[in-house]
Amino acid sequence: MIRPFGVDEILFLLQSAGWTLVLTLAASLLGGALGLAIALARVADNPVARELARGYIAVLQGVPVLMVLFLSYYGLSHAGIELPPIVAASLSLSIYASAYLGDIWRGAIQSVPRQQWEASASLALSRAQQYRYVILPQSVKIALPPTVGFLVQLVKNTSIVSIVSVVELTRAGQLVNNVTFQPFKVFVTVALIYFAICYPLSRVSRRLEGSFSVHRSG
Amino acid sequence: MAFELQFAPVLADAPVLLEGFWLTVKLSFSAICLGAGIGLSAAMARSMLAARHRWPIDLYVELIRNTPFLVQLYIIFFGLPSLGIRVSAESAGLLAMTINLGAYTTEIFRAGIDSIHRSQIEAGLSLALTRRQVFQYVILKPAVSRVWPSLVSQFILIMLTSSVCSFISVEELSGAAALIQSETYRSFEVYLLVSLLYLLLALAFKAGLTALGRLLFATKAPAAGPAAQVVPPVAGGQP
Repeated sequence: MIRPFGVDEILFLLQSAGWTLVLTLAASLLGGALGLAIALARVADNPVARELARGYIAVLQGVPVLMVLFLSYYGLSHAGIELPPIVAASLSLSIYASAYLGDIWRGAIQSVPRQQWEASASLALSRAQQYRYVILPQSVKIALPPTVGFLVQLVKNTSIVSIVSVVELTRAGQLVNNVTFQPFKVFVTVALIYFAICYPLSRVSRRLEGSFSVHRSG
Repeated sequence: MAFELQFAPVLADAPVLLEGFWLTVKLSFSAICLGAGIGLSAAMARSMLAARHRWPIDLYVELIRNTPFLVQLYIIFFGLPSLGIRVSAESAGLLAMTINLGAYTTEIFRAGIDSIHRSQIEAGLSLALTRRQVFQYVILKPAVSRVWPSLVSQFILIMLTSSVCSFISVEELSGAAALIQSETYRSFEVYLLVSLLYLLLALAFKAGLTALGRLLFATKAPAAGPAAQVVPPVAGGQP
């Protein structure tokens, strides 16, 4: 039975966009935590930690998200761990996000002038205190615009997990298309919903970039 | 929890894998040439247009950069036929990659062109260079050399993104992997091997394109200075 592409279908798409947001949120929280660890390891004094973090970032940035998804998906089931698709999908998106966020935050930490480290060390702050009170507050400002910019990439990349039958926005689009046979309308609508999520984020990212440079020159 | 890896059945299908690898290389190379061409032309056109006529280019860039590659691919592959335009999976993939990369590179080239200070152009004109020469030597070449690192990252990202074309059954590297795993059931081994191939390809692209940049923009030393960071690298592109 062919159904028209009407209000119900659009509501279903919007509802599934909620799952896209859930995936994005899960991956940015978990990936963010992991990414912070990677960033700190990447600038650590210990050369082994530094090289491991560098390798982690280089490998994950050189491999498609799709492969990260399949490897964690099939790798886990190979090891006898069966996870619901939504959890496996969130995990693999987190791993992907951690590499990029780790790299962004590494750059932000390293862009804090060396003198800040020296000055805070001379005040007898411990390494943790240096990070907590001196380095991280300054790096957050630098890291914010590219981090928000990366969220746009993350939202878009959640579309990939439609292949493991997680019914997020793109998968919902496929399902709707299967019963309406109106691919052009359906996928353009899907694209517009993604746009409605991503464009404000892009604008915020750009505005933050601008406000930061004004702040710096002022 | 038996976790043993068996690569033998996978390696038996090596020719399929190599064919997929070759298709990934071809698709990426074509998309890079065409997409960068679009990006350069759009950015040049944009710089010559009055501000109020720039909106079609800006709209293209924003629409593409804020929607997933997969959905763009679906619109082209499933949507166009419903409008009476038939495209094969492979050409749909190439078209989507080209349009996608075109938008990203437009933005990168734009940032490069914007980074050329007005005084440079005035200096060029005062040296009796023609407008064309000014554009070519004072604006374009330094602009491209400044954004070359961002371009290289974007080129690598589009190569990685080509994996998504397997969703519409293009048998590039990921498509070949899906084929082999459905025959051998050694999914983890297949994807491990294929990931390694992607990684090697990404490293090769990076080395090759960086060397190319050095060759193209070798005239002056300061070209790769701090200005090379005018465009923040598009974090985690893979749209």
